[in-house]
Amino acid sequence: MVTATREESPLPVLSRKDFVTDQEVRWCPGCGDYSILAQTQKVMPELGVARENIVFISGIGCSSRLPYYMNTFGFHSIHGRAPTIASGLKASRPELSVWVITGDGDALSIGGNHILHVLRRNMDIQIILHNNEIYGLTKGQYSPTSELGKRTKSSPYGTIDAPLHPLSVAIGAEATFVARSLDNDAHHLASMLLRAHEHRGTSFVEVYQNCNIFNDGAFKDFTAKEVRADRMLFLEHGKPMIFGKEKDKGLRINAMKMEVVQLGNGITESDLLVHDETREDPSIAFLLSRMDYPEYPVPVGVIRAVRRPTYDELMTQQIDLAIATEGEGDLREIFLEGDTWTVE
Amino acid sequence: MTTLTREPEQPEHAESLELDRVTIKFAGDSGDGMQLAGTQFTNTSAVLGNDIATFPDIPAEIRAPQGSLPGVSGFQISFSSSHIYTPGDAPDVLVAMNPAALKTNIADLPRGGILVVNEDEFNETNLKKAAYKSNPLEDGSLSSYRVFRVPVTTLTARALKDSGLTAVQIDRCKNMYTLGLMFWMYSRPLETTLHWIGEKFGKNPPVAEANKLALKSGYYFGETTEMFATHYHVPKAKTKPGLYRNITGNEATALGWLTASKLAGRPLFYGSYPITPASDVLHELARFKRFGVKTFQAEDEIAAIGSAIGAAFGGSLGLTGTSGPGLALKSEAIGLAVMVELPLVIMNVQRGGPSTGLPTKTEQSDLLQAMFGRNGESPVGLVAPATVSDCFYMAIEAWRFAIKYRTPVIFLSDGYLGNGSEPWLVPDFDSLPKMDPNFASDPATFQPYARDPQTLARPWAIPGTPGLEHRIGGLEKADITGNVNYEAANHNKMVHLRAEKIERMVQDVPDIEVSGEESGGLLVIGWGSTYGAITTAVQRARAQGKRVSSAHIRYINPFPANLGDVLKRYDQVLMPEMNLGQMRLLLRGKYLVDVIGLNKVSGRPFTIAEIEAKITEMVG
Ligand code: SF4
Repeated sequence: MVTATREESPLPVLSRKDFVTDQEVRWCPGCGDYSILAQTQKVMPELGVARENIVFISGIGCSSRLPYYMNTFGFHSIHGRAPTIASGLKASRPELSVWVITGDGDALSIGGNHILHVLRRNMDIQIILHNNEIYGLTKGQYSPTSELGKRTKSSPYGTIDAPLHPLSVAIGAEATFVARSLDNDAHHLASMLLRAHEHRGTSFVEVYQNCNIFNDGAFKDFTAKEVRADRMLFLEHGKPMIFGKEKDKGLRINAMKMEVVQLGNGITESDLLVHDETREDPSIAFLLSRMDYPEYPVPVGVIRAVRRPTYDELMTQQIDLAIATEGEGDLREIFLEGDTWTVE
Repeated sequence: MTTLTREPEQPEHAESLELDRVTIKFAGDSGDGMQLAGTQFTNTSAVLGNDIATFPDIPAEIRAPQGSLPGVSGFQISFSSSHIYTPGDAPDVLVAMNPAALKTNIADLPRGGILVVNEDEFNETNLKKAAYKSNPLEDGSLSSYRVFRVPVTTLTARALKDSGLTAVQIDRCKNMYTLGLMFWMYSRPLETTLHWIGEKFGKNPPVAEANKLALKSGYYFGETTEMFATHYHVPKAKTKPGLYRNITGNEATALGWLTASKLAGRPLFYGSYPITPASDVLHELARFKRFGVKTFQAEDEIAAIGSAIGAAFGGSLGLTGTSGPGLALKSEAIGLAVMVELPLVIMNVQRGGPSTGLPTKTEQSDLLQAMFGRNGESPVGLVAPATVSDCFYMAIEAWRFAIKYRTPVIFLSDGYLGNGSEPWLVPDFDSLPKMDPNFASDPATFQPYARDPQTLARPWAIPGTPGLEHRIGGLEKADITGNVNYEAANHNKMVHLRAEKIERMVQDVPDIEVSGEESGGLLVIGWGSTYGAITTAVQRARAQGKRVSSAHIRYINPFPANLGDVLKRYDQVLMPEMNLGQMRLLLRGKYLVDVIGLNKVSGRPFTIAEIEAKITEMVG
């Protein structure tokens, strides 16, 4: 078996092209998944991981096709269950770089349970959630992130179930790394993918992804280039939370709520919240995860990045400790546990 | 290791009678420690050299009200000087620790049987809880049994009055007192249990001492009281020479998994969600950290199998285990494993169904679910152990098939095998054949769905192997390349290839053996845990000169190559099974043989007598 690790030998220099497969990409022209794929392929050579040690695992949905287009090891599994397969792989092969590609329906509806548990265990994997707020592959039913009242084929009178905030779910599930990006900001997206890889523990990245067929423009009210600066908040660690074309608006906490304030008239930068992604206490991260347009600018970037031992680390430690203290297992000794007797 | 052969000294007043076989049922409230007493009696008898078979009868409720009927817990042990295959149809001795235990078990005790009761517990409250209108010890209803009324509660309290323990703690020692008495009655030494008490309560010397004293006091009570005119002696069994230990089916299964991992030289990964009666396997494997075993208690049954598939993709022995309803939840993922053709083993310790059914009772009613319970044409390998010891060997067999043919294999045991125990001839690891995971490594020739010409297995190409990057998944695969492919001809070919691969496993399935006649007369054929009852019933029928033979199916998918021929050689074929005829359906469908069914679905195993009666009905 070959288990090359980062340190063993110098890696061959690879480029984006080395991560492209010969399979024809089957997404609808104009789909946001193309750009997510492109950025994912682009950052791979920068990870410092041998190509054979990278694995992409997905569930079912448009986004879950992505592993077929990645020239790495890949596993297109069943609906909602990618985190379980990734968990078994990572727990048994901690040296691998394991990526889960999922969507809003895959991760938060049918696979909701697994998302909770992979996050609380802090398995050292990356979860990239393509959120298009719709079911694309099944042709246009509402998803668990569709806005209340949304009219779709399966909700002609409008939906009556409240949507989830994916990042709030992740924070509630004890996530150690929570970030958000968007399909049409290549640079930002690439940087979030790299940060997700660097984090030790489960990295949860929500990517706003446009489904131009069934939910076109779901995010354009705030992601369109012309309005982005005024309607989105690009978080940077250690920097005050400022936004706006003129960098004249900011956020502060007032009565345990986020409040948008206009700088000037006695309000200065020092009154604003300074972003601290390493803050253990998740309350501010949680407030950020619930900021929706138009009431608030929509935050993107790393919202939370804290260090907690990973499941795979702890599992390895337990085994090492057991071997160190009890000695390597001897099958014959286990066979002979309890009372034995000899028949002559 | 202990080799105790010393017989206890014979008391003067009691006569000693030699018996070939005795079956005792210990029954009491869940809190009375009957499982413990039963297990200790078992270990002592095993060490003494008897052949043994046990059957724990555990209540479904974890903490039913004390003294109530649903709270009764039982443990049946049969021990013998000759080879035995079952824990006995009916007890010769019933130990009833309270009225509820008497009520739930007395119907099984044959007339003339020995009944030992703790008479202290037959008070008004307990009688009422057991729905007795009058005290059975007083109203003459037990007159056809040999009743021994022992005030166990009082005697235990008296024996331990200076122990310094609380009244509650003293009361908990009743089981040891009773066990001591039964040890005397059946001439068993105390050493094994005394040693065990020392280990178990080593951290709490007063409790250890009290338990030891209770055990000895019970023993001496039997020896000195005039109550018992006879005590009994069951000589050693003449079994195959070698080193033995007592083992349960679930323990044997867990050791089988561990051994398979050593034989294949690959780490074992066990993904499981707690479920009765399979959880003991999780508990066992969780202890084996120093063997590098990784156990993953998943959030649900689906995650459990998902994690095992992930581990299999990574080159470990990916194993998942469950019981009936859990297998239903895993079915979609088993289908995925069929499609991606990775080695995977799924253990199902069957219990009474449908739905939640009877979690603590036994049944064989998941056979068709295991065979067919998936969407699409999704054949898997299927093996079923016949005895407690066989659980060990069939667990290894399951892996041998899974690895060699790159396929999921279901291992089908049941609650009766899993919880039952028997002496296990400790195997010699070096004599067990190794398995070769045979990972792919050559990028020049690698094709994800190229096949071995003999087995039709595809390559096992694990992450970390340079140049073998490839994608697998649940969508139909193109032959050879493994790319997604929806073409009609390809799908048709792949469905047939997957089916043929499982059929080809027959080249590694041993022929089924018949014990009895070459042909003619009645063949009683079984599968799974019915082996003991069938074998004994057929032996008895043959001893009476009847033309009856027996055979047992351990490889279910595929069946042994000679099975059809064997079935056709007999005038009549009988299939006893704990379901409404699932194996019979398979045999009839495949071989067009008119198999007759004997079906039992009471949550309890077959008795020998039930099978004997059916044999008599069929052959006179
Ligand atoms: S349906 Fe929507 S999400 Fe799916 S590929 Fe087409 S555009 Fe993309």
